Parts: sequence; structure tokens; C-alpha cells
Amino acid sequence: MTADNQLDVWEVFMQSKPGANYIHAGSIHASDKQMALQNARDTYSRRGEGTSIWVVPSSAIVASNPEDNGMFFDPANDKIYRHPTFYVMPEGAKAI
Amino acid sequence: MTQQQALYKYSLRLGDNALILSARLSEWCSNAPFLEEDLALTNMALDLIGRAQAMLKYAGEVDGNGKTEDDLAYRRSEREYYNNLIMELPNGDFAYTMVRQLFVSTFELFFFEELQKSTDATLAAIGAKTLKEVKYHHLHAKDWVIRLGDGTAESNRRVQQAVNQLWMYTGELFEMDGTDALLMKDGIAVNAEHLKMGWIQMVTQILALANIELPADGYMQTGSRMGIHTEHLGHILSEMQYLQRAYPDATW
Repeated sequence: MTADNQLDVWEVFMQSKPGANYIHAGSIHASDKQMALQNARDTYSRRGEGTSIWVVPSSAIVASNPEDNGMFFDPANDKIYRHPTFYVMPEGAKAI
Repeated sequence: MTQQQALYKYSLRLGDNALILSARLSEWCSNAPFLEEDLALTNMALDLIGRAQAMLKYAGEVDGNGKTEDDLAYRRSEREYYNNLIMELPNGDFAYTMVRQLFVSTFELFFFEELQKSTDATLAAIGAKTLKEVKYHHLHAKDWVIRLGDGTAESNRRVQQAVNQLWMYTGELFEMDGTDALLMKDGIAVNAEHLKMGWIQMVTQILALANIELPADGYMQTGSRMGIHTEHLGHILSEMQYLQRAYPDATW
């Protein structure tokens, strides 16, 4: 195997139905926006998975560093009062 | 020729075009320049298989002798196939496949736009469904032809070569005969000759963006309407039909 020489990498996000969240589907190779959108369509929407696609250059994504996990995420562990679980759900409210 | 016979032949032609081009495109499976394009080409091949199945099924119904779409696909010989010659030509390089796809898809863009207005309800329904698929095939082929034509000296040379070689197979797309004439009277068939101006205009625009020169109109290949083909169709059929020929009615 040589290094990845298949154009730039793009991340693909699919929306399964109007109003739903875009969910990361995977990544593809493409040289520009147009090709990225077509390749994402051909790779991830062949079985009726989606109604809308976002593509983002992988290089535009900033990721958190695993070494920072303690500082970033642990302080949230013991703050149970930040969860709205002490309220009674009003009738008829579905997605909260 | 009765209207029934004409409709049978018309549906066969449309089915054969889709089936044979599908066979060619599916040869790219695992051989495309990269993974995503591999999927794109086989997606197109699957769209075409779906169209072939619908058209041949309808041909069998019109014929009324109980032939299924499988009978028609697997048990007709070369001379009984009516696909345009351009569909059966070997894939060549990637530029050649994309130029062929551009020529065919551009034609189909105009053709199915009209066929969806056919007075025959089945052809109109298949036409409407197919048009959506063809729009994507056209977009994909157009983008590649422009990208390659407007790319490096080598990719431009390959696209120009493909255009020059394929040009003489484009005349057949617009040919019409007694079958078309008979069906056109009742608004069933599309007037293919009328589509030529639009096709030339669109192809000229795209090739200009790709820095490709339009070949001069010269001799145009013909024959498929009479079942006369290039030497390539027999090889496609021998592979495609092998199982049914060797083990008729095989099931699993």
C-alpha cells in the first residue's frame, strides 16, 4: 500500500427525513464540492437512506484531543442537576 | 405490421438499449479509477437493469405469448436484439466510457422527457421514472467530460479521441422507421428526429466547456433497427446468456 493518493477526503452527513438531524455517514474522496456531493450520493444514498446530504472537507474539522478528555468531559460527570430529569414531562411533549 | 407488433418492437428496442449498456457499465465493477466512481458506474448499471426489466416485461405482455423479461433477455440471439450500436461498443478507457455516457444520456434526457407524455400509460410511467435517473447520469457524465477535457493535455487528448471515435455512432439514436411512424400516429412513440437539434446544441455547449472540438458530420453507422450489429454484441450475449443456454430453466 502506498499513501492515500485518491483525491481529498470529505466527511458525509446524511439527513434521513426532513427536520431530522444530519448524521455522519462516513467519508469519501473527491477533488471538489460538486464531485464530493455526487460521490456521497453514490456511496451513501443508494438504498433510500436520505433526503439531504452535507459534505465537508475533512481538513475543516477540528477534533478534540483524547489527552484533553479528563479536562473536557469529566467535570460533567457529577453535575446531575444539569439534567432536566427532575421535572414532570408535560403531556403531549414528545421530543425533549 | 400491426400496432401490437410495432409496440412489441418499440419496447424491445428501449429494453435492449438499457440492457446492453448496463452490461457494459457493469464491466467497470472493481475496475473503475477509484472506489467512489466504481459505485457510481455500477449504480448507473443498476438503474439501467431496472429500466430494461420494465421495458422487456412490457414487451412480453404486449406480445401476449407468455414470454417473461428473462425469456427475452436470455433467449434471443444477436439478430433479434435491437439496441443501438453505441451501447454495445467496448468500454475503452474511462474517458471513452464517459463520452459514450454523455452522448447517450443527453439523448435520453430529451427522449424520456417526451416519452413520459406518451399516450401509452405503461411507457409514460416508465418514461417518468427513467427521466429522474437519466438526469443524474447526464450530470455525472457531463462533469467528467468537462473535468477531463479541461484537465491535462493527456486527459484532453483521450476525450477528443473518444469523441472522434464515437461520433459516427450517434446518428443511429435519431433514426426512425415504420415502427416509429406507426406508433407516432397515436402519440405512443417519440419523434426522435425532432430531438436532434436540442441534442447537438447541448453536446456542443458541453464539449466547448471541455475544450473539445466537435467532429465534422461524416458517415454514420447504422443497422441495429434491423438487428445488424458490430462484432461485439455476440460476445456480450455469450457471457450474459451462458447459464440459460447451458442449463435451460435452471433455478436455485
